[in-house]
Amino acid sequence: MVAPSLKLQDLIEEIRGAKTQAQEREVIQKECAHIRASFREGDPLHRHRQLAKLLYVHMLGYPAHFGQMECLKLIASPRFTDKRVGYLGAMLLLDERQDAHLLITNSIKNDLSQGIQPVQGLALCTLSTMGSAEMCQDLATEVEKLLLQPSPYVRKKAILTAVHIIRKVPELSNIFLPSCAQLLHERHHGVLLGTITLITELCERSPAALRHFRKVVPQLVQKLRTLVTTGYSTEHSISGVSDPFLQVQILRLLRILGRNHEESSEAMNDLLAQVATNTDTSRNAGSAVLFETVLTIMDIPSAAGLRVSSPMPLPLASPTLIRYVALMSLLRLVQSDHNAVQRHRPTVVDCLQETDASLSRRALELSLALVNSSNVRAMTRELQAFLESCPPDLRADCASGILLAAERFAPTKRWHMDTILHVLTTAGTYVRDDAVANLTQLIAGAQELHAYSVRRLYSALAEDISQQPLVQVAAWCIGEYGDLLLEGNCEDIEPLQVEEEEVLALLERVLQSHMSLPATRGYALTALMKLSTRLRGDNNRIRQVVSIYGSCLDVELQQRAVEYNALFRKYDHMRDTLAFHPLRAAILEKMPLVERGGPQVDEEAKESKAAAKLSEAAPVPAEPQASKLLDLLDLLDGPSEDAQHPPPLDPSPGGALVQLLDLPYAPPPPAPIPSLKVFEREGVQLNLSFIRPPGTPALLLITVTVTNSSGGDVTHFICQAAVPKSFQLQLQAPTGDTVPAQGGLPITQLFRILNPNKTPLRLKLRLTYNHFGQPVQEIFEVNNLPVETWQ
Amino acid sequence: MIQAILVFNNHGKPRLVRFYQHFPEEIQQQIVRETFHLVLKRDDNICNFLEGGSLIGGSDYKLIYRHYATLYFVFCVDSSESELGILDLIQVFVETLDKCFENVCELDLIFHMDKVHYILQEVVMGGMVLETNMNEIVAQIEAQNRLEKSEVRQVL
Repeated sequence: MVAPSLKLQDLIEEIRGAKTQAQEREVIQKECAHIRASFREGDPLHRHRQLAKLLYVHMLGYPAHFGQMECLKLIASPRFTDKRVGYLGAMLLLDERQDAHLLITNSIKNDLSQGIQPVQGLALCTLSTMGSAEMCQDLATEVEKLLLQPSPYVRKKAILTAVHIIRKVPELSNIFLPSCAQLLHERHHGVLLGTITLITELCERSPAALRHFRKVVPQLVQKLRTLVTTGYSTEHSISGVSDPFLQVQILRLLRILGRNHEESSEAMNDLLAQVATNTDTSRNAGSAVLFETVLTIMDIPSAAGLRVSSPMPLPLASPTLIRYVALMSLLRLVQSDHNAVQRHRPTVVDCLQETDASLSRRALELSLALVNSSNVRAMTRELQAFLESCPPDLRADCASGILLAAERFAPTKRWHMDTILHVLTTAGTYVRDDAVANLTQLIAGAQELHAYSVRRLYSALAEDISQQPLVQVAAWCIGEYGDLLLEGNCEDIEPLQVEEEEVLALLERVLQSHMSLPATRGYALTALMKLSTRLRGDNNRIRQVVSIYGSCLDVELQQRAVEYNALFRKYDHMRDTLAFHPLRAAILEKMPLVERGGPQVDEEAKESKAAAKLSEAAPVPAEPQASKLLDLLDLLDGPSEDAQHPPPLDPSPGGALVQLLDLPYAPPPPAPIPSLKVFEREGVQLNLSFIRPPGTPALLLITVTVTNSSGGDVTHFICQAAVPKSFQLQLQAPTGDTVPAQGGLPITQLFRILNPNKTPLRLKLRLTYNHFGQPVQEIFEVNNLPVETWQ
Repeated sequence: MIQAILVFNNHGKPRLVRFYQHFPEEIQQQIVRETFHLVLKRDDNICNFLEGGSLIGGSDYKLIYRHYATLYFVFCVDSSESELGILDLIQVFVETLDKCFENVCELDLIFHMDKVHYILQEVVMGGMVLETNMNEIVAQIEAQNRLEKSEVRQVL
């Protein structure tokens, strides 16, 4: 025999009496053990009490799955007390994922048909909460029968259950459609509410239903009118508005029915105007109705006059809740009716000042959506002021929003630059990664701004070296245009006398600062190097710094420093000549404008760009790749020779070009050079197709296609290429490294070859791959290259 | 659609937890905790709408809450519900509780958790608003209580 069990209240008392978490756990575990024992014994009298206790501890977070079968037993019991707890347990503990849930289908069926209202109510409630698709299919007809029962209590529950059924099994919508028309004649508000919800669900799911229900628009209009015009009735009114819930639902349905349909919207126009003007918005309920009305007016093709007179401005002046909903609605409207929302711009901008985080976030979104070419200056000012004071989680959005808006609507390049600069100084750490690239792009493209930008950036940098994007851009700029900085004169800004030593000192500070990211250090080092050609003074200081970094722990910086050192070392014997050595100057000369997202085309400047790009892309070990190419190049004894390129630099086109693999693939334009099959071995074939883009005569694009008609897969496929020294070669990333057998998807890879001197093209290829489980390596020169490829 | 209804006190202890979409148990508890933390940060004169936390479905869902004395009533809804309407619904629910329990306080909710569930079932069903007329709801609850009492008498 089970000891007399605790009542629910007593258990709760005990749990509350526990002083610590551990004590509580102990009490609960002891009780759960009792409950389990009681379930095993199968005591029918107290089962409901045990389950109630179990549900309580479940709410506190303790496991309760062993009560699932007990729910079933309780539901099957004839007593209402048992059923109540049983159904509640089913709703809280069971769900579609457990097979046990199907077992209550039968009980629900029985309960639905036996006519005791509270029981029917319980069954419907459970079905609508956790009913799975299978259950809904089994029980749909039962529910449909209940739709037209005399009791409104059961009916309203059946209607909402029908909505749930339709959501789970859309095909069953047809069962419930016919009853809707009759249900609309109801007077009981609960039933009406459910019916409107049901019709809304049907219309949202099927255009046919939508057309069908357009017929009832007049009826709905009538109902709404009755609601609005009847006087104060205690039953359903909230703050003086009759049944605002029903009104809102009807308005929403009208919106769906009237959308893109002239006739229906005609029918509702007057009513909407009436509701809009008559509703008392001093309380929440009225405002809810009003907002729904306004949204409906905006959404349907109604008379223009109605829209213009929409009472939107008023709510924005009232308390925060209303402001919030107003902002939400404006956000929804800004997509469809931009101009209407523009009228409220001043108020929206005021909302930016709100201390309430939800409000300011909405206001920010809306303000960004409202920026256009005519108000961009004013809006940007407001947004920048906001950026300075806004909470951190909004900063990133605000910063990127301002930058985007500036990009789209900037009236002048200088304004654009100023804006970006301001954003970088205020919220530098929150900007997106490509902001740096965008800004350098912008500056490089605006020749007239070079002096101005380098000065502004220098001053900004001198003040604060902690904001990384700003530091990166400033370092790059100082490196590129250092000579302009030192000249001292610029019309737009006060003359700033800067000494060479100051500039160098600043860059060194950046290099040494612990706040600088490795990428930033890379920028600073390269900038220092570039200054060695731009500054007139002695380069000793720069050389010193560069050689220190030759033993830096960061591999990236070390490699660069070593390369730069080589530049200094090797050509120093030429320093006696008046000019700087052409190579170093050429490598470090000003970069040409890069097409955004496009691959590099120009010659020597590519190397300095590649060196700069090394800072942006993740450091990829360039050494092994470079040395392989070096071997290949030695195999080729190219006919024309330039001055001997120093070894560390020569592979850098290849090495750095590995980084350029990040560049997006640009599909080559079509041109009719015959393609060439260059390699075949055991079913693996390599084809080359050639394109000479008309705009760039020195450029040749080769697409390498690898196909596999054999029975074995080709894996780990790598293709490397070498060309004579007068050529420039770029390899883009292949589409993959595997070609499945029997004509599987081929690999393609794009080569770009620059041939400025129009020397005859020679191409050597090295392939490594695995085929039939064996590694294969092939090195060969491509013969029979068509003349059009290089002439 | 209403996704969840949560009632907890100023210290985050749950008093009523009802989900209308399935979440596993641990996630349910996490959601309660996360919601509590989100709501606790809000001042009293700030608007009652919050973006939903990451666990409960992301950007389409909002938390609409009201603070009564020691209890927070939080409804998590999606965009198909009228926000101001839900605020009124919370008020209706609380007033109904008040009628059923005679000046309801937190202790009533603690000791009669099951009854609170039954009342809620008459207001919101399957995530949708069922009935907003307080008198109807109270009448139903009383009928059910009478049914239960008569059964108890039968047993005895």
